[in-house]
Amino acid sequence: MESPVTDRSLAEDLRQRFGGAEGAEAGVQAEAGRDDAFWVRPDLIHKVLAYLKHDIVPPYSMLFDLSAIDERERVHIPRSAGGFTLVYRLLSLEGNRDVCLKTALGGEKPTTASITGLWPAANWYEREAWDMFGIGFDGHPHLRRILMPPTYEGHPLRKEHPARATDMPPFELPEAREISEEEALQFDPGEWGMKRHGRETDFLFLNVGPQHPGTHGLLRIVLQLDGEVIVDAVPDIGYHHRGAEKMGERQSWHTYIPYTDRIDYLGGVLNNFPYVMAVERLAGIEAPERAQVIRVMLAELFRIASHLVWYGTFAQDLGTMSPVFYMFTDRERIFDIIAAICGDRMHPNWFRIGGVAQDLPRGWEKLVTDFLDYLPPRLDEYDRIVMKNRIFRARTQGVGSYTLAEAIEWGVTGPGLRACGLGWDYRKKRPYSGYDQFEFDIPTADHGDCYDRAVVRVEEMRQSLRIIEQCVRNMPGGPFMSDHPLACPPRKQQTMHDIETLINHFLGVSWGPVIPPGEAAVAVEAAKGLNSYHLISDGGTMPYRVRIRTPSFPHLQMIPLICRGGMIPDLLAILGSIDYVLADVDR
Amino acid sequence: MTVVTFIIHFVLIFILALGIMVLSALIFPFAMRRIWGFIGDRYGPNRVGPQGLLQPFADGLKLFIKEDITPSKANRVLFAMAPAITFITPMLTVMVIPFSPGFTIANLNVGLLYLVAVGSFSILGLLLAGWASHNKYSLLGGLRSVAQMVSYEIPLILNIIIIGMLVGSLSLDDVVGSQGKVWYIAVQPLAFLVFLIAGMAELNRTPFDLPEAESELVSGYMTEYGGLRFALFAAFIEWGEVAVWSMATSALFLGGWRGPFGGNAGWLVLKVLVMAFFVIWVYATFPRLQVDQLMAFAWKVLIPISLVNLGATGLFIILMPDNFLLPIAAFSWVSVVLLVALFPGLLRKALLRKRLRQMENFKLETTEA
Repeated sequence: MESPVTDRSLAEDLRQRFGGAEGAEAGVQAEAGRDDAFWVRPDLIHKVLAYLKHDIVPPYSMLFDLSAIDERERVHIPRSAGGFTLVYRLLSLEGNRDVCLKTALGGEKPTTASITGLWPAANWYEREAWDMFGIGFDGHPHLRRILMPPTYEGHPLRKEHPARATDMPPFELPEAREISEEEALQFDPGEWGMKRHGRETDFLFLNVGPQHPGTHGLLRIVLQLDGEVIVDAVPDIGYHHRGAEKMGERQSWHTYIPYTDRIDYLGGVLNNFPYVMAVERLAGIEAPERAQVIRVMLAELFRIASHLVWYGTFAQDLGTMSPVFYMFTDRERIFDIIAAICGDRMHPNWFRIGGVAQDLPRGWEKLVTDFLDYLPPRLDEYDRIVMKNRIFRARTQGVGSYTLAEAIEWGVTGPGLRACGLGWDYRKKRPYSGYDQFEFDIPTADHGDCYDRAVVRVEEMRQSLRIIEQCVRNMPGGPFMSDHPLACPPRKQQTMHDIETLINHFLGVSWGPVIPPGEAAVAVEAAKGLNSYHLISDGGTMPYRVRIRTPSFPHLQMIPLICRGGMIPDLLAILGSIDYVLADVDR
Repeated sequence: MTVVTFIIHFVLIFILALGIMVLSALIFPFAMRRIWGFIGDRYGPNRVGPQGLLQPFADGLKLFIKEDITPSKANRVLFAMAPAITFITPMLTVMVIPFSPGFTIANLNVGLLYLVAVGSFSILGLLLAGWASHNKYSLLGGLRSVAQMVSYEIPLILNIIIIGMLVGSLSLDDVVGSQGKVWYIAVQPLAFLVFLIAGMAELNRTPFDLPEAESELVSGYMTEYGGLRFALFAAFIEWGEVAVWSMATSALFLGGWRGPFGGNAGWLVLKVLVMAFFVIWVYATFPRLQVDQLMAFAWKVLIPISLVNLGATGLFIILMPDNFLLPIAAFSWVSVVLLVALFPGLLRKALLRKRLRQMENFKLETTEA
């Protein structure tokens, strides 16, 4: 389990510097019962953030997440100060600690100062908060909708916005509206501060996507080209937005699990993982040892599956036509194991609050060991076909590189961060679910270019195999579900003997578990980077707010930065090497 | 020659040339999908007819009955003309190929020149297709193909000149005729290698398939084409060109119709099949080069090698006019061995751009602007 960071001195420090008055007027106030979360007065937030980023040792240099909460219907409000709360979550890689800053905003149309000057990565997060909550940010360069279409009315994550299609008038798309919607999507370079003409050339604006063979899903990137050289790029996301966070607010704690499968649809249980751990922390459940090891094993299998898809498609982006078939074949073998254990392939829906859905099936060891023998020689062969190919290297080395400082600045996590030379892996730094019991290495590379990101991922697959092997050798016995009354689905054995268990079982099955009020944010090292679920319970059968911080979102935001000066083929190499899933970006 | 015989000749020749195009469109795309399937550890199309042999007909029928769409803003005339122009090119090139002893449709005494001149005609069609489609992807694809084909034409021509010098004639009949004792691949392996590589680029095949790079430009110059016109581009022209290019390569380096047991057209067909297999094999194996790397490779590697080879060949012919094959062969083989040994370094130098420096230059430029 992730242990909460204790840092008395930070709380002291902040109170001394920014504290000021007491009570509601206090500049910085620690949240009740927590010492890594602070309430900051709106006018001070910029200063406090700047202080945490630049002046403190070790600095909180990564803006991990920025989101909002609509507090207007909440019963258990931690501090009644306004209708909306902005949540800034910072991560200090050096100090291995994080801090959560909250600022209360009042009024129906709250506004606050933008922090894009402090963290460029805040750009998209603030646009998302505007899009979803209608929170304005003064000084933001392009405060416009990011996930919803430009013509959309309303802000979906506000509580008054309907959560179901049946609460809204029927959707219609007459021809006139179709045309106007399409016109709204027309790209106007002037709006983005782009010139149409250079000193000696006219720029070509190329619309890559939303339907394009190279974008791996519904992503649109508008390129400003000088010949084939990319002058600037504007990614346009939101085509894959399904409102996963909103859906969380009307699903029971238990029935939301299958929705998480579909966030990073290549990651399978890597999405279940942070969600159920966050619920378990809220409910105070500890998953039994066997469940933890099963979770680790499945998570690593899915990490390999996800990396294999990336490997094949990356090679194909660069024009190698065959490896993608080999790698999908291998992935099928993983899915054979997954299907035997979970009953489904891509969307296993397998983790449960308090454990996993069922025990491992008979004969699972053989399936897994066979795969452990099968994959390593294949990986060696792929090294020869792909990684050592000279054209492949000429296309990827030195392309799309960023420095470690840039990576941290833009919120890059996962293999993209480790390719810059920093071996920062959540599984090592904050071992969860017993990862500290396993022997494995964190592969790193030095240049932060497309090739190095590939090197890191390929080696990660080998390390995952090591972890799986240890799981097979040391699978503990015992139950696969916790006996905790809030574990879901609840255990049934004692129901006919014990009235308390019967009541809990009845409630757990009919309503779903009632999770005590509170807040929990849990991150895991997913295949693409840090995947974090920030859950807020208001003491009901459904989450009050589900915030999903996905790794692909900030990674995609970096595209303009790293592709400027490259050529169109470089862009494809960069897109391939980032390894994003659009469902993970848009949620 | 009367008008009647002229017409009969014309029709027969037309049928032969068209037949080659149709046969390549029937055989090669299907073969490619099956071979690629085999290499990719899967089946490929095997449902229509025995072993999927009727697949090309099914595909053809499907494309035939599709609606013929011309984009509303396209230049209609050029849009329709482009595939036609490109289609005619391989049909014209085939005229000078010697098929079997004594059978060449037109035994021109400037056959090699004709091969080069007519062969480059297809560039026009691709550029027109890219331009007339009124689509940025098509345009980029068309421009890429022009840049690429013009660049690679030079090493191609230089190596054709080398063969011309060895033979002392520009007639393809003479080229094949003079390979009775030894094929020119044995005399000039270096020229063969360069010719092979440049030819792959000229045909827009992997690893030089940038004009139609799927992951980048969707389908390049043929993005807007559908139905039968797409079939013309994707099956007839692409593979017809492969067939004709394989024939030309066979004639130049592999002894044309010559074979171990007497010479006939069967040997030529066999060589064409082997060459086509090679093209497919490379397609399934290699990644794609990048535009700048592609250009650098032509100008910094292939052209210098060809020029040196051309000079050396000329020198040997002047120095030893009676018996120049042996020294040329020695020179060429030694160069090939040396190049194979040095190639990795050479390639890296030519291909690996100093990207970081380039990116920095770019940033400087933009800030200046």
